[in-house]
Amino acid sequence: MAVKSIGKYEAKMMDAVENFHGNQLVYIGWDKHRLINSAMAFPLPPQMPFGALLSDVMPMCYKDHPDFEQVVWDDSIIWNLNGELFVPDVEKSLQDNGIDHKSILRFETPNLTGLNGVGM
Amino acid sequence: MTMNTKNRKKRLNMKEKYKHMTRLGWETSYQDMDKVFPYDNYEGIKIHDWEAWEDPFRMTMDSYWKYQGEKDKKLYAIIDAFAQNNAQKNITDARYVSALKLFLTGVSPLEYQAHRGFAHVARNFRGDGPRVACQMQAIDELRHVQTQIHTLSHYNKHFNGFSEFAHWHDRVWYLSVPKSFFDDARTAGPFEFMIAIGFSFEYVLTNLLFVPFMSGAAYNGDMATVTFGFSAQSDEARHMTLGLQAIKFMLEQDPANVPIVQGWIDKWTWRGYKVLGLVSMMMDYMLPESPQSWKEAWELYFEENTVALFKDLERYGIKVPDCAGTVAAEKDHLSHQIWMTFYTHGAAAPFHTWLPDEKKMDWLSEKYPDTFDKYYRPVYEHWAKLEKEGKRYYSEMLPQLCQTCQIPMLYTEIEKGEPTQIAHRHTIFNGERFHFCSDHCKDIFENEPEKYTHAWMPVQQIFQGNCGGATLPEVLDWYKVKFGTDNLDYVGSEDEATWKQWHGQE
Repeated sequence: MAVKSIGKYEAKMMDAVENFHGNQLVYIGWDKHRLINSAMAFPLPPQMPFGALLSDVMPMCYKDHPDFEQVVWDDSIIWNLNGELFVPDVEKSLQDNGIDHKSILRFETPNLTGLNGVGM
Repeated sequence: MTMNTKNRKKRLNMKEKYKHMTRLGWETSYQDMDKVFPYDNYEGIKIHDWEAWEDPFRMTMDSYWKYQGEKDKKLYAIIDAFAQNNAQKNITDARYVSALKLFLTGVSPLEYQAHRGFAHVARNFRGDGPRVACQMQAIDELRHVQTQIHTLSHYNKHFNGFSEFAHWHDRVWYLSVPKSFFDDARTAGPFEFMIAIGFSFEYVLTNLLFVPFMSGAAYNGDMATVTFGFSAQSDEARHMTLGLQAIKFMLEQDPANVPIVQGWIDKWTWRGYKVLGLVSMMMDYMLPESPQSWKEAWELYFEENTVALFKDLERYGIKVPDCAGTVAAEKDHLSHQIWMTFYTHGAAAPFHTWLPDEKKMDWLSEKYPDTFDKYYRPVYEHWAKLEKEGKRYYSEMLPQLCQTCQIPMLYTEIEKGEPTQIAHRHTIFNGERFHFCSDHCKDIFENEPEKYTHAWMPVQQIFQGNCGGATLPEVLDWYKVKFGTDNLDYVGSEDEATWKQWHGQE
């Protein structure tokens, strides 16, 4: 469908990647850890190695959850990129892992079930 | 005197007077009517007979001035008495004032937006009946924003968080939610505006805003706001009548209008519900004494009253909007999820937040027996422990936002039975990915994607460098929110200190 209008109505791409000064937006969410209210937004260089997400970006956001210090970044983590199961290569860049502008990257930690054991 | 007063013409009766005072319509002779009224035929709504519009107001301008003038006299007498008696000291607790801050910053600018919207459609319907009705409502809405500001201005002398509400409306992150709601409605055609605001908001949802909140004001000793509520509510009753007349008029004119109207009802019931999320948190968390829970209010005003209204519209082929199921599922979780979000992002909002105390938590357990103790009490107890250790939790991150409603993506898959899994939806448009908090917001986007790519998304704007800088102090400066004064926890605030001083609790 398209907008009904009295004249020409063009889409203005307000959040095009060109507007982010060389960065791209990446959203990161920890499934079933509702203490952190939503996935968070980060402007990141596309060349950033995936490993830096784990070491530098994730702690900023998730250090506030008591489960976080027990997270082990091994095969038990279930990754999801834009709604599809995903296996990251920690040595490669975000771009080379297929993480592009406004991607949503989620992770699940089946061994950690949050506050009260109900996913909070 | 030379005039023969004995032969003066008899006064017109009410019906004749009404006819003369509302006669604004005529057929143009040297201009094309479509050029004079360019906006009322592109949305696909077919009107065959504008004369069939029955003006539900039945009010003329002279009686309008008289009626509203009397109401204003009463309102301002009570506001004066409130000020002279320092009645701000008689409210239950200064926490209550944060609910007023939310009302003034979130709702009052919407009254002005409603004024602009109704003035616009009052010009652009070619039938004079709806023009007159919308003109009256435009003036009502302007009166509402004025009386709300006057009612709350006394609090501005004693509490922080009121002074920059007009500036905040255009800039502060959470206020992009109500702002975008009206921006969306006002940039639609006149018929969609009437369904969006006149019907869906005024008829289906406004009771949820005005009735429980005003009884909340009464419970908490704020008689000035209660009086404002009474004064506005009599206008709201007229607005609801106009909204109902507008939808019936569209549905009766042509069967082809029915699916278009249904689409707008579906869209605007959902968009209105999302804005009212703020009200759910006011009712359940921000009122020190809560007369009614959000869930109870929703059941009474939506599930009972509004569903009965939809029964009346069934004969036209209109059905209850699909989102009603999602909303019903969410009523046990909504206010808790929103208050959690504001508590953690309380460094960036110009009102105070706090943890519910034991008494409030017990009230919440009673009102939400299936959810509060299981999901939310442990969170508040965890944060209370941190507070005791002097480590009050504030998120330093910026959340992902829904492209349609602009609310942080905080809602969970409740309808699917996963109340702690955040709902994620996305779509690709013009090669770019867009994210949504729900199927309903995704549907709204996909119906008119060009419109929502224009959205001014606060998080994206901060990262693009358009909001004063990249750090929180820079952004707050650009907002004109004073750090440590307008924001942060209630405990330790100037508002709390003022309150304690008044009550000898220092």
